[in-house]
Amino acid sequence: MSGHTSTYEPTSRWGKWFDERLPIARVMHGQFVDFPTPRNLNYLWTFGGILTFILGAQIITGVVLAMHYQPSAAGAFDSIEQIRRDVNYGWMIRNFHAVGASMFFFAVYIHIFRGLYYGSYKAPREVLWILGVIIMLLMMATAFMGYSLPWGQMSFWGVTVITNLFSALDTIINGLGTAIVEWLWGGYSVSGTTLNRFFSLHYLLPFVLAGVVGLHLWALHTAGQNNPTGLDLKEPSDSVPMHPYATSKDAVGLFAFLILFAWFVFFVPDYLGHADNYIEANPLVTPPHIVPEWYFLPFYAILRSFTSTFLWVIPLGQYAKLCGVLAMFSAVLIIAFVPWLDTSRVRSSKYRPIFKWFFWFFVFTCLALGYLGSMPAEGVYVMWAQIFTVCYFLFFLVAMPIIGLIETPKKLPRSITDSVLGGSTAMPNGAAASPEKR
Amino acid sequence: MKKRFSPALAGIVAALVLVPGLAIAEESGHHEIPRQPWSFSGFTGQFDKAQLQRGFQVYKEVCSNCHGLKRIAFRNLVQPGGPQFPEAAVKALAAEWPNKITDGPNDQGKMFERPARLSDPILGPYKNDEEARAAQNGALPPDLSLMARARDVERESPWYIHPFLMLGDILKGYQEGGADYIYALMTGFKDPPAGFHMVDGKFYNTAFPGHQISMPPPLSDGAVPYQDGTPQKLDNYAHDVAAFLSWAADPSLDQRKRIGWQVILYLIVTTGLLYIGKRRIWSAIKH
Repeated sequence: MSGHTSTYEPTSRWGKWFDERLPIARVMHGQFVDFPTPRNLNYLWTFGGILTFILGAQIITGVVLAMHYQPSAAGAFDSIEQIRRDVNYGWMIRNFHAVGASMFFFAVYIHIFRGLYYGSYKAPREVLWILGVIIMLLMMATAFMGYSLPWGQMSFWGVTVITNLFSALDTIINGLGTAIVEWLWGGYSVSGTTLNRFFSLHYLLPFVLAGVVGLHLWALHTAGQNNPTGLDLKEPSDSVPMHPYATSKDAVGLFAFLILFAWFVFFVPDYLGHADNYIEANPLVTPPHIVPEWYFLPFYAILRSFTSTFLWVIPLGQYAKLCGVLAMFSAVLIIAFVPWLDTSRVRSSKYRPIFKWFFWFFVFTCLALGYLGSMPAEGVYVMWAQIFTVCYFLFFLVAMPIIGLIETPKKLPRSITDSVLGGSTAMPNGAAASPEKR
Repeated sequence: MKKRFSPALAGIVAALVLVPGLAIAEESGHHEIPRQPWSFSGFTGQFDKAQLQRGFQVYKEVCSNCHGLKRIAFRNLVQPGGPQFPEAAVKALAAEWPNKITDGPNDQGKMFERPARLSDPILGPYKNDEEARAAQNGALPPDLSLMARARDVERESPWYIHPFLMLGDILKGYQEGGADYIYALMTGFKDPPAGFHMVDGKFYNTAFPGHQISMPPPLSDGAVPYQDGTPQKLDNYAHDVAAFLSWAADPSLDQRKRIGWQVILYLIVTTGLLYIGKRRIWSAIKH
């Protein structure tokens, strides 16, 4: 799989026999037992394991739910209620799956912000990072289609609003957008046909996701893990074997996270949802506020911030919707370009006094966009959504490239071991964290 | 370099934090639905059996004249965690329920009506929405099975307070917006304020969105004769029926919270043990 060679030695005769034919135990041992992990990883590095657990849990609860769920416009809503009321512990499995989607995004956002803060996207981890962005896109598609399945009011109208975004293409080539939307719907409106295909894809995509997660892990174990100093592993004392060191820490992180997870599942299962989704889908009644799930709110705010006049002066006219749609997709895709937008030679923000400030302002920007996305698109909210949308893109397009050029990084420790033991010798100012030559 | 940049950045952040807050804070001033004390509120709350029984009585004698409860079967009224009436009493109740079950076809190929059994849903008086609208001047009395979950109370708060209220609600385990709304609706029938234009046949209600509701005030003092000595006041009726509908919308609440505590305690203890283990494993390595 990667640069590290396994020290696995089968002890039994059967073990030797099997190892010569399929060295799976050797590979696993090399990758997940004696794999060198930086000794200074903090608890933010446990989110990879947490996310793997949640993906597994979502697939298992999802498979069980699919045994009882009926993907039809007439039966979907009733079958969910039957699961909640009449299936043994159905309420628990259902809450686990619904809350699990939120926990998945909560954990993945922490995971991404951690990567941004410690420069985990820099060489040699660009492919690892891009695979991560693909995983996030797959998660978003899966979650969006999953939310349509209960076929409540918010499901129905959420699908209507989001699929309709493609009709913005009509402003470029007349009829193109409408054709795409009708192709997605499988008809002239959102209907049971749409629900059926969403269910099919909702069942398929998690397995695609699992495959990309495999590649993500492969890329991770090829480049090795980043760490809070952003330095490469240079000497044997910089790392510890994955087991029992990283695994014992991952276990603490996972169980602590499960406390939060269980709190939502058992005490506030509806908190992250919308009351309107307990009303059966009705194509004739539009809910007063159509709002996506919380994890889409920042992107929803970006979408809606493009009104016919953007920021008082920029006239968008009939192209406002198209601009909003493009901006929303760009907001996700731009993350894939971060390895080349960031010009700094230092990875970790720990040693980047200016970028650190911009990082935290970017976190604030995302939270602000999330709040604005939950508010009605009117008055002062639109203006602030526009301002923060600009801030969002300025962070990537202006702050990242420029700060890397003008900033003087703090002194880097000579090695991870030195940073941990407080070694007195330090590298010269602004030294590069160049990739290790293997 | 750092010294020059930090105050400037702090200033920008502060400006962005304060200005929108002040701007948005001015706009509130909306009528808010107050929270009620419920036996089932918070992360420890459980349903009060006697209250659920009284609430069912209110449903049976008042609400069921127009509204169905189709996702609740008579057998659910016997189950633990609910009103838990004796089985024999519920059997008799099902047999006497005025809204009969359409069954069939029989051996002549005809559909027929029969009295309800324990396994049948609690139906309202109308066979379908069209019949209901025809009987109710075009208004549709909705099924009440999910009402307590399908309604919520929006909290108006300035954005800088909003995250703390959210966090508070999550920590308290607040999920009773639907019950608060039903209580407010039941007690919210008032004379319209001067100058408020009412549509004919509608009633003014402070909680209902738009304030004009087709339902006449369903409850008043003394409307339902309680057997257990609870004062026969509108306030009690409204609380009891809201509690009953909360159970109807979430019949596993008691079990959910009980299991929840076991799970949370297990997770806390295990996390503690894993942490101790991790400390011992890492004790020889400075990190």
